[in-house]
Amino acid sequence: MLFAAIYVPACAPEQAAALLDCAQAFSPRAEATAADTVVLDAAGLDRLFGPPAKLAQDLARRAQEMGLEANVAMAANPDAAILAARGFAGITVIPPGKQAERLGPLPIDVLQVAPEILETLDRWGVRNLRALAALPEVALVERLGQEGLRLEKLARGAVERPLVPAEPPLTFEETMEMEYPVALLEPLAFVLGRLLEQLCARLEARALATNELRLTLVLDRVIGRSGHRVIDSDSNSMTRSPDLPITRSLRFPLPMLDARLFLKLLQLELRAHPPGAPVVKVALAAEPAKPRPGQEGLFLPATPAPDRLELTLARLAAIVGGQKIGAAEVLDTHRPDAFEMRRFAPATPQGLKPSSKDRYMARLKPCPPAMVLRRFRPPLVAEVEVREGEPVRITAGEIRGEVASVSGPWRSSGDGWRGKERTPRIHTDDHGSGWARDEWDIAVPGKQGIALYRIYRRLDSGAWFVEGSYD
Amino acid sequence: MSAALCAVPAPTRNPGVLTGIEGVLPASRLGVRPQPRTILSGIPSVDELTGGIPRGGLTEIFGPASSGRTSLLLALMAQMTAREEVCALVDASDAFDPPSAAAAGVNLERLLWVRCGGIPPQRHRGTENREISTSGHRVNDSIARSPDQSITRSCVEQALRALDLLLQAGGFGLLVMDLGDIPPAIARRVPLASWFRFRRAVENTETALVVIEQEVSAKSCASLVLKHSAVSTQQSAKAAGAKPAHARLLQGMQLEVEVLNSRVWQRKPARSATASFESRAAWCG
Repeated sequence: MLFAAIYVPACAPEQAAALLDCAQAFSPRAEATAADTVVLDAAGLDRLFGPPAKLAQDLARRAQEMGLEANVAMAANPDAAILAARGFAGITVIPPGKQAERLGPLPIDVLQVAPEILETLDRWGVRNLRALAALPEVALVERLGQEGLRLEKLARGAVERPLVPAEPPLTFEETMEMEYPVALLEPLAFVLGRLLEQLCARLEARALATNELRLTLVLDRVIGRSGHRVIDSDSNSMTRSPDLPITRSLRFPLPMLDARLFLKLLQLELRAHPPGAPVVKVALAAEPAKPRPGQEGLFLPATPAPDRLELTLARLAAIVGGQKIGAAEVLDTHRPDAFEMRRFAPATPQGLKPSSKDRYMARLKPCPPAMVLRRFRPPLVAEVEVREGEPVRITAGEIRGEVASVSGPWRSSGDGWRGKERTPRIHTDDHGSGWARDEWDIAVPGKQGIALYRIYRRLDSGAWFVEGSYD
Repeated sequence: MSAALCAVPAPTRNPGVLTGIEGVLPASRLGVRPQPRTILSGIPSVDELTGGIPRGGLTEIFGPASSGRTSLLLALMAQMTAREEVCALVDASDAFDPPSAAAAGVNLERLLWVRCGGIPPQRHRGTENREISTSGHRVNDSIARSPDQSITRSCVEQALRALDLLLQAGGFGLLVMDLGDIPPAIARRVPLASWFRFRRAVENTETALVVIEQEVSAKSCASLVLKHSAVSTQQSAKAAGAKPAHARLLQGMQLEVEVLNSRVWQRKPARSATASFESRAAWCG
């Protein structure tokens, strides 16, 4: 076993990564022991770089090329190499079995121990590692505990421990710079397709998938009318900082790995939100995630395949708009027509458990269906004739006629404190402001029979509206 | 007898026969079409009348406003979502009311709602959000004009495209296209080829395709055609005709459904069959 330690006195924090890179250029098994010290496993490197002395020289030269004035030491164990690198300037090679002898003259300070222990050792007259190594083990443990024993072994260069190699963070990112700005989506799709295939191949090689794709586009800067540098040449679009790239993110409900699907989703996203200027650089990053193994039960109902559903949702969003598809969630409020659109991600069927099976069977019992409302969005403006406080005739577009029967009014109001404040997350025609109204249910005979409507009168303006029809 | 003769030969059963002029299959070797699987709506009279909504087929439910089309639809959705199946609603006129659906027992998490439309406010008919006259009761004639037909047509086009995509995706137990508030003149303009394509797309799948409309449009492409009509409304009996009006409570509707066409049945009945059912307002329990 042979280990090499590289120590950079007065190493700046930003040089730590460079120091690790220097070590990993020689061996992938490099340990970042401290911000100023790295140790690498040099076993077997003699076939590539020659004898240990030559390897140490190469390491020092490489560090110097990277702007690091480093001490390099080689020894049979990592800690001996570290102590030698910290204690001796330049290059040091300690032959196997000679650690105690070579490390002996080094001062106690190289051990980098707690100040109180240093003070104790100083009081005992122990000034260097040779003196520390000469102390009896049992007496040392009695006075300094296990830490004393560890220091004694370090001083003898006899500590054997496995190396803990630093692993670079696992990033899946592909970047491509264009030779000339790409203005059309179609040629950009070719670039994206190539990057996606590379990304998916890398993910597949590690048995991973992704649940998030991040696309970063650096745009060609153009000069706006005002003379300022803008990215988007469209005069209606907002001015962006010229150095700020555009980022698009696609999140998936579960990890996927399909380059063609990703490409289609990115195309749909870019078609819905075009960059607005030619693209000069493309970066694509994938967030790695473990693929979820899925096997549907024989007796469970079929559900849309997640990847196809994702693509379908993206295509639907391209047709009707992203805010208009999803699963509705009723909000806990009395405000009329208050709901939120959530991302549609139906849970995997779990099968009917005994309790839910009972509920399901109970649901199958005959019960009259609910009379439901079909809303007019936005509500129809109506002209209502009122007699003795009751609506007697209505005209609202194609809804017109005498009111055959009427129920109401029922007054409701709320959110008065909001005033004209807008809460766009609530899908309602009142736009989040307060409301106060009187509701009526009316029956209007028509050519095809009687029809039921819900109408209301706003208390602030006195205007009448048809909210919807019962069906 | 639970099967009916199939007029369409099955090429996979006798591939050798279907070559050239010999491709015409003799009547004696016509395949037997299995009884289609159906979905029950949970409304006994309707289920008894129709035998259920067929999977792998197109069902038309039509009728005027307040004829119970949506009540039947939500009852169907409640059954499907209770079975953990996934449903999709393509809402051409954005008329779906989530609180009503939740009250009807629909699990909204398993319902994909596609809201077509996106009518720009400046082009839409008179609405609450438009500026009204100072008198409050009368509105500008230009605001209260009838719905712009071109906008409605674009809504229908969006709905057709969305339905196409959902059919291609597969895996849905129930697909609904709601054209209930679309004027019949526009709904009739949907080409028959589109209905035929939808029928073919849904064939041999576990998906039931249901279309809500005011008048029948798909014609022969539909496996089941149900005509809805309202018979009467029900108000709280004690207070009927009483004053004040808020003492009267709308309790429900008496509705009638008629089967105009059904391929689910073994043979067509001599005359159309009808059934009546009652829908109850949510506030009546």
